[in-house]
Amino acid sequence: MSVIATAAVPLSAMTPRRVLGAYLEEARSECLRYLRAPAFMLPVILFPTMFYLLFGIVMNNHAGYDAARYLLASYGVFGVMSPGLFGFGVSLAAERDNGLLTLKRALPMPPGAYLLGKMLMAMLAAAVVITLLLLMALVLAHLSLTLPQASQLLLTGMLGVLPFCAMGMAVGVLVKGQGAPGVLNLIYLPMSFLSGLWIPLPMLPALLQHMAPIWPSAHLQQLALSALGIGHTAPWAHVLVLGSYGTAFFLFAVRRLRRAG
Amino acid sequence: MEKPDTTVASLAGATKRYGALTALNGLDLMLHRGELLALLGPNGAGKSTAIGLLLGLVRADAGRVELFGKDPQHIDARRRIGVMLQSAMLPGTLTVAELLRQTMSYYPAPRRQEETVQLAGIADLLQRRYANLSGGQQRRVQFAIALCGRPELLFLDEPTVGMDIDARQKLWIAIRRLVNEGCAVVLTTHYLEEAEALAQRVVVLAKGRVLSEGSVDALRSRVALTRIRCISDLDPEALAQWPHVTRAERDGERLHLHSDAPEKVLRRLLDADPALSELEVRRAGLAEAFTALTHETDSEKEVA
Repeated sequence: MSVIATAAVPLSAMTPRRVLGAYLEEARSECLRYLRAPAFMLPVILFPTMFYLLFGIVMNNHAGYDAARYLLASYGVFGVMSPGLFGFGVSLAAERDNGLLTLKRALPMPPGAYLLGKMLMAMLAAAVVITLLLLMALVLAHLSLTLPQASQLLLTGMLGVLPFCAMGMAVGVLVKGQGAPGVLNLIYLPMSFLSGLWIPLPMLPALLQHMAPIWPSAHLQQLALSALGIGHTAPWAHVLVLGSYGTAFFLFAVRRLRRAG
Repeated sequence: MEKPDTTVASLAGATKRYGALTALNGLDLMLHRGELLALLGPNGAGKSTAIGLLLGLVRADAGRVELFGKDPQHIDARRRIGVMLQSAMLPGTLTVAELLRQTMSYYPAPRRQEETVQLAGIADLLQRRYANLSGGQQRRVQFAIALCGRPELLFLDEPTVGMDIDARQKLWIAIRRLVNEGCAVVLTTHYLEEAEALAQRVVVLAKGRVLSEGSVDALRSRVALTRIRCISDLDPEALAQWPHVTRAERDGERLHLHSDAPEKVLRRLLDADPALSELEVRRAGLAEAFTALTHETDSEKEVA
């Protein structure tokens, strides 16, 4: 058996600089691609901002100071979940179906660049949503927020999107093509309600209150509340829960993706 | 000393099963530098699985798969290939220039953008969004994406589906240019004239095995068949009884004959009908050879 001597020598190796460039290029394309897609961006931006405007500002004139603050955290979490769930879930399900993922796996795209690109896109979209909500809170609701509070909420949103990316990814590898948005809505909307994002938890039936710690969104809400200075519990426990959820969904999805494609 | 080997990719005894279905049954296939290989075969023959193995998309159950002497899942091996798949929807909100830039970033030494654009004939499309292009234009962009990394091995899966004749001719010219530069090409196609026009070597697959391998001429000569057409009022049923006539049909005033010894049949035919006119004699094309070959295996199967 003759060894393939000439053919095995690469003509020019990929420099670390070019590899980094490929990661950046992938992330840039992924962000551009979704920021230009109104079908993705409009629901992601409009739902949380309209809800906040309606329930947090217009209908909340006489409620206390803490209510506006509480709702900023709630709708912030509500707004952060959707770029994670939908950005990952819908696009992954579609791209497994339409051949793009197959092409990307055949092309020499550096490992993980595809997922990293989507992750950055979701973080960017989460930042946009939180920034809009913060502006509304400051300008329309006249909420007094310190700069550290606002930045902490922004950071919470941008990192808090990640476990939902992993969840979306898990759905995206289970459902193919057009079915994904429906399944994701079945997760997104009930989970938002059950973790007290629409109606504060203390106003929900006791059973639902006890169940709330199951939902990752309930933990993110606690972190968002403590970012705004009205947290009651130690943040590290919630970070740990969210981290575990994220890791579990991510590992499940990656395993399945490797095997099934 | 080992002699320099021009192999760029190979399958050796590759077997792949999907449940009860055997997609590839011990397939051997070698691809050489600067060679255009056409991979033909009816649907379900194992073409896509063979390509999938070489691209590292599927793992073989048995046998060896090598791409530039490496496992195809090794990214260094894939940095030397370009891919155009049959169905891949590229992101519609990105412009053609952005898509090219993205794919070029994956490769160590990509082609200059102007060169890619000129080869694929997409100069007028660069600033357009992918979703707004026609089917044929999208295929051209996919071709540009396949060649933009300056690959040494190019996989083209049904590249001209959805293209008009003019675009197809241009693509053929570009493919020939790449082959002249030393690029190896694997082409799967349903258009046999495409394989006939481009391929140096044709491999016909059926039921996961190589049925025939060789030049277009060699494949054709495996089926010693010539078509004779003419205007004549001879009775096709009587003609079908003649020696060396394998088929005789009437289509309006025209007669169609298939023969494995056309000289003998023609002599007798001209004698039998002095009024015969508009005589055409043509060797079988790849299409006939291909049909005959794949039918052979079907009938073997039925006997067995």
